[in-house]
Order: sequence, then C-alpha cells, then structure tokens
Amino acid sequence: MVAEATPTVPEVEGSSLRVRGASKRFLTPEGTEFLALDSASLEVGAGELVSLLGPSGCGKSTLLRLIAGLDEPCEGELFVGTEPITGPSASRGLVFQDPNLFPWLTVRRNVESGLVARGVKREKAHEVDEYLRLVGLEGFADSYPHHLSGGMAQRVALARALINHPKILLLDEPLGALDAFTRMKMQDEVLRLWEARRTTMIFVTHDIDEAIYMSDRIVVMTPRPGRIERIIDVDLARPRQRSGADFLQLRGEILELMEFSKHALA
Amino acid sequence: MSSPPPTAPAREVADASPPDASNEATGPGHVSSATPGTAAPAASRSWRRAAALPLAAALALGLHLGISGGEPPAETRTYSLFLGGILGLGLLFLALQFRIAGLQTWIRKNAPLLVAGIALLAVAEIITTGLRLLPLPYFPSPAKILQSMVEDRGMLWTSTWHSLFLLLGGYSLGVLTGLVSGVCIGWSVRARYWGMPLLKFVGPIPATAWIPLALVLFPSALFSAVSLIALAVWFPVTMLSSAGISNTKASYLDVARTLGAGPRFLVFRVAIPAAMPNIFLGLFMGLGSAFLTLVVAETVGVKSGLGWYLGWAREWAEYGKVYSSIVVMAVFFSSIMTLLFKVRDRVLVWQKGAIKW
Repeated sequence: MVAEATPTVPEVEGSSLRVRGASKRFLTPEGTEFLALDSASLEVGAGELVSLLGPSGCGKSTLLRLIAGLDEPCEGELFVGTEPITGPSASRGLVFQDPNLFPWLTVRRNVESGLVARGVKREKAHEVDEYLRLVGLEGFADSYPHHLSGGMAQRVALARALINHPKILLLDEPLGALDAFTRMKMQDEVLRLWEARRTTMIFVTHDIDEAIYMSDRIVVMTPRPGRIERIIDVDLARPRQRSGADFLQLRGEILELMEFSKHALA
Repeated sequence: MSSPPPTAPAREVADASPPDASNEATGPGHVSSATPGTAAPAASRSWRRAAALPLAAALALGLHLGISGGEPPAETRTYSLFLGGILGLGLLFLALQFRIAGLQTWIRKNAPLLVAGIALLAVAEIITTGLRLLPLPYFPSPAKILQSMVEDRGMLWTSTWHSLFLLLGGYSLGVLTGLVSGVCIGWSVRARYWGMPLLKFVGPIPATAWIPLALVLFPSALFSAVSLIALAVWFPVTMLSSAGISNTKASYLDVARTLGAGPRFLVFRVAIPAAMPNIFLGLFMGLGSAFLTLVVAETVGVKSGLGWYLGWAREWAEYGKVYSSIVVMAVFFSSIMTLLFKVRDRVLVWQKGAIKW
C-alpha cells in the first residue's frame, strides 16, 4: 500500500463528446410548450475544457443535464466516444453551483460516496485520502458540511466527483456562489485538477472573464429559444493574464457578440 | 386534627420566603452572567443561589412538622425523611460547589426550578393538610401520596415493568411497520397511489376506537394492546417519514445518480438519511400516542401495568395510589422521551447548528 501524493492517471483521462441536434421542450404549468434547447450540436475533443456561456434561460443547464443523462432529449442524440448516452453514469460526474454535499455525511464519507455507490469502496478506500489531499482538505476529513465555507464545500464536491475518474466532468456554474477572490482561486484550482487529469470538462458559466480564463473553446448561447450562437476558440497561452491585451480584446469581441444577440432578441 | 389551624397562617407567611429567596437569587444571577468581570460578588451570588435550595427544604420541613401533628405518624416520618434528604443534599451541594466544577453551573441553572418545586409541595401541603380546602379522599396531601408510593412500591415496580414491556412491544412494532410503509409510500408512485387514501382514511381514527374490534380479533388482551399501540404509532411514523422521503432534495438524487448510484443507494443512503429529521418528528409523535393508547388499553383490557393500577386504585378510592401512579408515569414516560431525544441528537449530529427544535 504505497499512497502517492497525486493520483496516478493516464495522460488523457477524458473522452470525446458529440451532441447532434439535441432539443428539449418542457411543458409550462399553463399547458404550453417551452423550447428550452433548440437543436444544439457540439463536438468536444477528449481532454478539452469547453465553456457554455450565456445569460440565464439560454439552455446551458438544460444541455448539461442532457449530457449528464438526467434528462432525455426530445430530438437528437448524444454520444460519449461512440457510446450513446442513455442515462446517468459515474463516468459523467456533475458538480452544481450548490455543492449539494450530503449534509448527514462527514467530508470523508461524502468523498467516499461515489465508491460506495459503485460498490468498490473496499478496493479503493485508500484513494479517499489521496483526493482529500488533492483538494487540500485532508484536515477536514471528519468535519460535517455545515462547518465548511462555500469554497471548501465546492472542493469537496469536486473531490467527490473526481474520485470516480469520470470521462467527462460537468460543472454547472460551480463557482457562481463564491465571492470574487475565492472564485479566482477556485478557477486556478479547477484548472490545476484539469491539467493533472486531462478530464474532459464542460463548464457552464455566465461570467465572460471566467470563460476566457479557463476554456479552450467558448460556446456562446442565446435564450428564447435556447440555442448555440457561436463557438469561439480561445488561443491564449496558459497561464492566462486576466488583464492582458489579447484577453481584453477577446472579452470585447464576446461582449459585442452578446450585445448583438440582445439586438436579435428585440 | 385540631391543633394545626392556629399555627397554619403564621407558617404560611414563613413559607412565602422560599420563592422570594429564589427570585432574589435569580435576578443577580443573570446580571453576573452578563458581567463576569468581578469575582467576589459573583461568588457571593453563587453562595446565595446554592443556599436557596437547603433553605427552602428546611422551611418546607418546618412547615410540614408544624401542621402535620394530627396525621398518621408513618406518613409524617416518610415525608420528613424525604424533605430532610433534600435538605441534606442541598447542604452537601452548598459545601461542595467550589470543589466540583460542574456542580456549580448545575446549581446555578437548576436551583430556581428546584426551589419552585419545593415551594409547590409546601403550598399543596398548606391547602390540603393545613387549611383542608379540598375534599378528601380525592385530594390527599403530598405526604400521603409519598407514603402510598413507598408502601405500594412493589406493586408499582411490577406495574411499571409490565407497562414498559407493552410499550416497547407496541412501539417497536409500530415504528417498524410505519418506517416500511412510510418509505414505500414516500418513494414509489404506485405505493403512494394505493397507500395514501388508506393512510388518510384510516390513520386519523384514534387507535382506542379499535378497542372493541381488537378484543374480538386477538386471542389475548396482551396481543390486542400491543397491536393497538402499534397502530397508534404506525400512523404518525408513516405520515412523517413518507413526507420526508418524498421531499428529498432532487439535486441530492441527481448528484447520487451521476456518482453511479442504483435505486438501493438512492433509497437507503440518500432518501432515508435526508428524511431523518422528519422521521424523528414522527417517532416523537408516535411515542406520545403510544403513551395514551397504553394507558387506555391497560384500563380496559390488560390486567396489569400502570394504567390498570391507576384504574384499580380509583375503584377502591385510594387516591394516594392514584396520584402516586401518575407520578410514576410522569417519571417513566419522560425518561423514555428523554432517551429518544438523546438518540435523535446522536443520529442528527450533522444537523447541529442548522436546525434546532
């Protein structure tokens, strides 16, 4: 039993993702249909970090739930590698804005719960400490979630998702509830985890700076009906400078694009 | 019988001092907790508060000896021993309070309550033995109640055991069935469709309304009592646990699904733990109705237990025994309630600071 400082992983742990013409309609309480996502198509390479950027109601969370397998598309298909998505799976981890830690379990048991759910707790129990160390919370293993700050709780949620070695990690505004400073720190944290693991990450956000700072590509989405407006490559060297000229230029371009979408709306 | 009246009013005035003393002790006590800076006055206040208990006991004892001249000597002796015991304990606490750290805070917290309790006993004694304001035999003096408790302790003890046996049997059966049906109704749509109308229709009927049917259905009164208690417990436990299960936060279930959870994990490791606060509410409500049903069932069918003892004592107009069984019930039921509270605090330790009842 040799525990190593960081988990040993293959070069690229992630899988590619293919979304083909996925639509999702919901029934409103008044009985009318509401088109939350209109034939979205998207290809994500293995190990890529892609942001879904847009205002609320643009269908970014809907798309994420389809990828997670928690909802089924009304039309279209989704594939991980060559496998069609038919339901939720441990290979597609999900982290929400609210960490949603199980409040009745300690930090350790929360991280462990993926192992328990998959029935591999006995073989992999030693990994729990590894992942606690990975997110820097080894000192809080026996604390209950209500003792943790927002940033700490979100780290636990990340460790809980990562311990399952997901092929794709889905992040639904994971840093949205944090204050600006914690948020920037956690962005680096997520990037560190991504670089160490090369898990494919789909990162939902409504923060343009965050999207530029983090992603390889940005999927800009617009509301009513929710659809993919444009996909932008972010060709900036990492680590990125938040106030660099090229950063700010890209920011301006995206802002203009979103303004344009607003005109299109009106 | 004839001697007490002249002395009684004077004693009554004397008796008014313990609650007064306790009030005096309460006031500065709160101030001292707000300003812990000065040590010497705080110590003297602590002394005063600790002294209130033996003082109250001494006054109550004096009162008792003064007005109980015409009462049976055995009764007087037992009650004097009781008050004397409290007096002794109070003096012991007074002497030890600066040596044992926990004792002092305990006294500070509980002295006013204890003094009030002693005062209440003294008032009851003035009303009954002293002024004879209440008709006998329905309202015996505290001394008489204590005496009948001491005399009939064997019977009370066996009755308590019988009640405990019935209660545990009925309660655990009710909790078990209630949890099973509650989890089913809360989790499965089909179980909810068929179970909910039954629950809504049958549940609100007081379990005691089934007594005639239970006596016919079951071979023995014991069986029928156990099943009546179980029925009384089943309803609130089912209701509250199904509500808890069906209100499980959807995102907990979503997260668990993306962690690879199957239905078993979702039910036993997400929904049930999430419903625990609600389940405990059901357990508390169930325990309350179990006490009620127990006492009623014992008075009608079962020929043992505290409820039976109470009814039997009443038929013989031995009201001392009636009250002593009520006192035993109070101690017995509240101990069980306290036990359940302790279990809850243990199980819901994760909730501390979040929600407090």
